[in-house]
Amino acid sequence: MATVAGTLAQPTHTGVWSWITTVDHKRIGVLYGVSGFSFFLWGGLLALLMRTQLAVPNGTVIESDRFSQLFTMHALTMIFLAIMPMGAGFFNYMIPLMIGARDVAFPRLNALSYWTFLGGASILSLSFFFEAPGGGWFNYAPLSERPYSDGSGIDFYVVGLLTLGLSSLMAALNFAVTIINLRAPGMTMMRMPVFVWMTFVISVLLILALPPLTVGLIQLLFDRQFGTHFFIATEGGDPLLWQHIFWVFGHPEVYILILPAMGIVSEVLPTFSRKPLFGYPAVVFSGIAIAVLSWVVWSHHMFTTGMGSVPRAVFAVNTMIIGVPTGIKVFNWLATLYGGSIRFTTAMYFAVAFIATFTIGGISGVMHASPPVDSQHQDTYFVVAHLHYVLFGGAIMGIFAGIYYWFPKMTGRFLSEALGRWHFWLLFIGMNMTFFPMHFLGIAGMPRRIYTYDDGLDWGFWNMFATIGSYVIAVSLLIFLVNFFRSVRQEPTAEANPWNAPTLEWGTSSPPPEHDFDAIYTVRARDPLWYDRDHGIAPPEVTGEHIHMPPPSYYPILIAIGITLLGVGALSHLAVSALGGVIAYYGVWGWALEPTD
Amino acid sequence: MAHAPAVAHGGGHTTSTGTENRKLLMWIFLGSECLFFGSLIATYLVFKHQVIERGIGPFPVDVTIDGVSHHGILDIPLTSTSTFVLLMSSVTMVLAVYGAQHARMKMMKLGLLATMVLGLTFLGFQVYEFRTFGHEGLNLTTNLFGATFFVLTGFHGTHVGVGVLYLGSMLAASFRRNGLGRDTGAHVEIAGLYWHFVDIVWIVIFTVLYLIP
Amino acid sequence: MYDAAPFAAAAPRRLTVGVADGTGTGGWDWRASVAARVGTVAGAWEGTGVRARVAAPRRTPGRPRIRALRRGLVPLALVVLAVALLGCDAPMSTSEIEGSWNKEVWKPYWVIIWLAGIVFVAIMAATIVLSLMYRERPGREARQIHGNTKFEVVWTIIPVVIVLVMMVPTLDSLFKLDEEPPADALKVEVIGHQWWFEFRYPELDIVTANELHIPEGRVVDYALRSVDVIHSFWVPQLAGKVDMVPGRDNRMAFSALNARPEPYLGQCVEFCGTSHANMRFRVFVHTAEDFERWAREQAAPRVSSVSRTAEEAFLAAPCLGCHTVRGTNAAGIAGPNLTHVGSRTTIGSGMLENTPAELRRWIANSSAVKPGSKMPPMAQSAGGTLTDEQIDVIIGYLQSLK
Ligand code: HEA
Ligand code: HEA
Ligand code: HEC
Ligand code: CUA
Ligand SMILES: [Cu+2]
Repeated sequence: MATVAGTLAQPTHTGVWSWITTVDHKRIGVLYGVSGFSFFLWGGLLALLMRTQLAVPNGTVIESDRFSQLFTMHALTMIFLAIMPMGAGFFNYMIPLMIGARDVAFPRLNALSYWTFLGGASILSLSFFFEAPGGGWFNYAPLSERPYSDGSGIDFYVVGLLTLGLSSLMAALNFAVTIINLRAPGMTMMRMPVFVWMTFVISVLLILALPPLTVGLIQLLFDRQFGTHFFIATEGGDPLLWQHIFWVFGHPEVYILILPAMGIVSEVLPTFSRKPLFGYPAVVFSGIAIAVLSWVVWSHHMFTTGMGSVPRAVFAVNTMIIGVPTGIKVFNWLATLYGGSIRFTTAMYFAVAFIATFTIGGISGVMHASPPVDSQHQDTYFVVAHLHYVLFGGAIMGIFAGIYYWFPKMTGRFLSEALGRWHFWLLFIGMNMTFFPMHFLGIAGMPRRIYTYDDGLDWGFWNMFATIGSYVIAVSLLIFLVNFFRSVRQEPTAEANPWNAPTLEWGTSSPPPEHDFDAIYTVRARDPLWYDRDHGIAPPEVTGEHIHMPPPSYYPILIAIGITLLGVGALSHLAVSALGGVIAYYGVWGWALEPTD
Repeated sequence: MAHAPAVAHGGGHTTSTGTENRKLLMWIFLGSECLFFGSLIATYLVFKHQVIERGIGPFPVDVTIDGVSHHGILDIPLTSTSTFVLLMSSVTMVLAVYGAQHARMKMMKLGLLATMVLGLTFLGFQVYEFRTFGHEGLNLTTNLFGATFFVLTGFHGTHVGVGVLYLGSMLAASFRRNGLGRDTGAHVEIAGLYWHFVDIVWIVIFTVLYLIP
Repeated sequence: MYDAAPFAAAAPRRLTVGVADGTGTGGWDWRASVAARVGTVAGAWEGTGVRARVAAPRRTPGRPRIRALRRGLVPLALVVLAVALLGCDAPMSTSEIEGSWNKEVWKPYWVIIWLAGIVFVAIMAATIVLSLMYRERPGREARQIHGNTKFEVVWTIIPVVIVLVMMVPTLDSLFKLDEEPPADALKVEVIGHQWWFEFRYPELDIVTANELHIPEGRVVDYALRSVDVIHSFWVPQLAGKVDMVPGRDNRMAFSALNARPEPYLGQCVEFCGTSHANMRFRVFVHTAEDFERWAREQAAPRVSSVSRTAEEAFLAAPCLGCHTVRGTNAAGIAGPNLTHVGSRTTIGSGMLENTPAELRRWIANSSAVKPGSKMPPMAQSAGGTLTDEQIDVIIGYLQSLK
């Protein structure tokens, strides 16, 4: 592990300790990426168990409560421990490079975000050793309340998500400041790569969306631990309040998951079409429009809760309108292909497949935006099909495009294109086999979150089909793993800009030196490297002046341990919390007094 | 938009917008805090009438249910006093920032100390209020007024407490040989942003909970 | 499209289920199922006459690759459609229109499906065509286009128009579904419990469980409640779902279009805990006269022909703490009302057929059949207090409560 990770960031100092104390954004990016991908495999394994149980009617592989834990942990793992950190991995590694900076604004805060993430992820995942949460990822009250879920599962959920939220908040603050403040000379907002724009939008969404979730979790925690009744109807509370709070967070959250992929695709398509992104301002502004609209659609998850017709009408209209800016993006991506000279690398395959599969998910999304139609979709496999097309067909496809695209930059090595082709086609076929039939199952009336179903309902065939598909996905991922481990063992061969890409991260060596750039670029256009190439502008002179980089620090991990213990205390004994508080406070002192110059 | 040269090393000295990184961080963080308190206040508003509908006291304000009149539990004069105390702490905070920015260390230290004392006084009022309510039969679990009230004001109180700790740590550090270092002005100013925010939030809470019937 | 015969054969579907005792996967033969499917797909394919048309030579200008593509696309779309339609004759299919609500749903649904289909085909075609057409090849230079305002306007307007076209029937149906039911609507209260449904007819003085009986063609005004967590009420062929939220009084109103002997299948579709998957119910739609008769029978107190000694045995057992049998002092409310339990076709919310053998399994240890069941085991062998003989007597009694 250390060797693989070592190859990835070409450290100047080696050893485990250097990784623990690192404040280098590239190494933190690698940590995020590797952790996220490992959790992706774990979450996928949970899904395979579910698919195995559902392959035939009246399956007997997994019993009821365990199955609930599986779909809950599958979704939590995929969303919070796989896609978000893999996105964060790319932000960390790429944002400073893409804006021509030497690091993020707060390198130590960056490390703290990562270690806090790892703490929260451990709390959530280790719940399997005690009792895993089993209320679904949105964990509706009052099922999540003490009288109906007496075990510790929901407490793990609450504490885990609170910790993860804190980590995301810190990361988001860091990236917002970095993007606002650390751009290279000449890099105006409208010259930023789309990926940077999307990261900025995501940061803002996170900063605003996490607090409502935090409040909801705190209220649930109080209900469970201190006897309040925020969500208990018999005592005057309101179960729907939880739903509102959760989805006020939850809907922006789904765009937090998709926007990194959209950013990646907006980088990959132009590079391999050999022409600039079509309609850059339109793509950027529709990204912003999506983010704004994401705040006024949350109740489309609650169409069947008995809301009045007028609010449902308003939320339906708002939701459908989101199709417009998203459509603009899709059309601009397609127009980027138009007139190009497309080189079909594996990254490009994934990016083009993203357009297709994400659109399928988007279309089914717009279908459930109609409340009468949704009354037949909600909580059926039609929704499961939708969410996997946007999350797997969208976010995961985009992330794989990013992996193949940036792998040479991060490691100096190439992933094999031949294996990549196998990986892509098997993944693509497998995912469509798994998730497309779920539309049929939904229309045939199959509810989601059922661990068993009867024979004679006509669901058996497509379930078996989907299960086979999920194993095809698994095979494709094994091929990817082979590809990955083979590549990192090879000698580095990648030059600085192997794809002939336009953005700044390709203007430094592969992998980049610790200080990112020997000399800072001056940006003259939206596609700086192409502009410089076409205008015969040489890369900036290296002045040879000393470049100061922040020294490593172990305070981030210390504080993260403190924060994690604070959470663990809420699950076990308050003395642990107190200890955690003391450690965290001590860490903050050390942090504040530690010299960084 | 910004064309400023931005050769940022780690901590960052020159920035694209000219605003110092840490200050920008604090501003954005406070934006996040707005939604945190916003959600808590929204919860209070959702449940505001619910206690009266269910008729389970104690009630925030004087109400008459089925001909029986109940005394409101909120003590406006008392809380007005503590609000005033907190407001004054903002004034002393301004003094501390002024001192820090103009290298008048004594003024800064005194300002910080006074702010802390006023903050602690406010917390004292809050503890007193919580205890009185407890005696009058209102606690977290009595009814939803209790739950929303204690959670909302409790989290605000926690913010004041964190602020006191923050200022206290800074005060303690300022007695070191080279004090708060080169960036003393910025450090104290950022702490000031936080403190003023906590103060303003209290004004909102005070208005929503105590003043609006 | 409803085909009663296979349904009847499969009738009480949980008979062979054996959830806990591991008799497991029932008789589902997936190979047969696949074979059937493939046959149907082939049939659908044949039926469209696609092959014939594709085979016919056509004059299509353009590059050969594109021509081949165009030829491929139409049959592809048709196959997708045919395959999709296969889901339709399922007993819980949402596309079987058997209720007024579902009829209303399909008004916007058809519009939306068509639009979705058009967008789907258009985007897939564009993606494939553009990818193939502009592949790199010697001598090709990418055209350095940065954008085009006219295009941007056009493809902003297209989705706006699509959205507007979807909105009109959506809003129309939305408000229609929320209309007040007529004054003569039959009132039914549906109460969700972990994990069974209680049905009350306040005007008819009937309380029953897991099997809802309604008259054909008459609007039923449902009041949806829950005593514990959130459940939901869903009979896909008749209507969309509405949640049953504790503390709330949700309503929905619709009529069933056709009386028929086989029940419509319903299920709770809001995750509600351990046996959410087993929280099912049946809806019997009768002609007006049949419904009258059924209602008269159910409104009567327990049938007079029951054996008094058996009744005494039942009343001496712990059952009365949770179950009601009208006319006796069994008045518990934690479990289903058993006054006419003998007239039900299934027990345990559709898990078991209502036969002596299955009743024995249920009463002996219900959570072995239905995980998490709130009814404690009764047989001594399972930790309860009743001997096999006692249970036999009680079963006889329950069966006689027609
Ligand atoms: C990455 C995550 C992601 C994304 C991007 C989206 C995108 C969208 N989602 Fe989805 N959604 C989820 C993740 C996501 N969703 C998840 C996880 C759930 C389930 C949660 C749970 O219950 O567990 C869910 C559930 C969900 C529901 C609730 C369903 C239910 O429970 O009943 C609804 C309802 O309106 C909805 C709508 C939409 C819409 C309208 C979009 C739009 O943004 C889509 C816009 C895109 C397009 C429309 C395609 C491209 C456009 C064109 C080619 C232009 C022309 C087309 C038209 C104008 C139609 N989603
Ligand atoms: C990012 C999000 C994401 C992703 C990527 C996935 C991926 C997958 N999901 Fe997921 N899913 C959700 C998000 C996601 N899901 C959400 C939000 C829900 C709703 C949950 C709820 O109701 O609360 C859900 C629910 C859900 C259900 C419905 C459960 C139910 O309602 O009862 C199902 C059922 O089939 C399913 C299946 C799958 C499958 C087969 C994959 C596959 O694509 C997985 C592919 C991955 C693998 C196959 C892993 C391969 C592993 C290896 C190769 C191991 C090798 C390891 C080593 C060598 C170390 N998912
Ligand atoms: C502690 C409460 C409790 C006791 C005691 C109890 N039951 Fe039950 N019973 C229930 C509950 C709850 C259900 C519904 C379970 C479900 O379907 O999930 C039920 C269901 C049933 C059903 C199925 C009814 C239907 O329509 O589906 C029968 C029959 C039944 N019980 C018989 C008995 C008999 C006979 C006894 C006594 C020997 C008994 N019960 C004792 C709680 C109880
Ligand atoms: Cu009741 Cu699900
Ligand atoms: Cu949503």
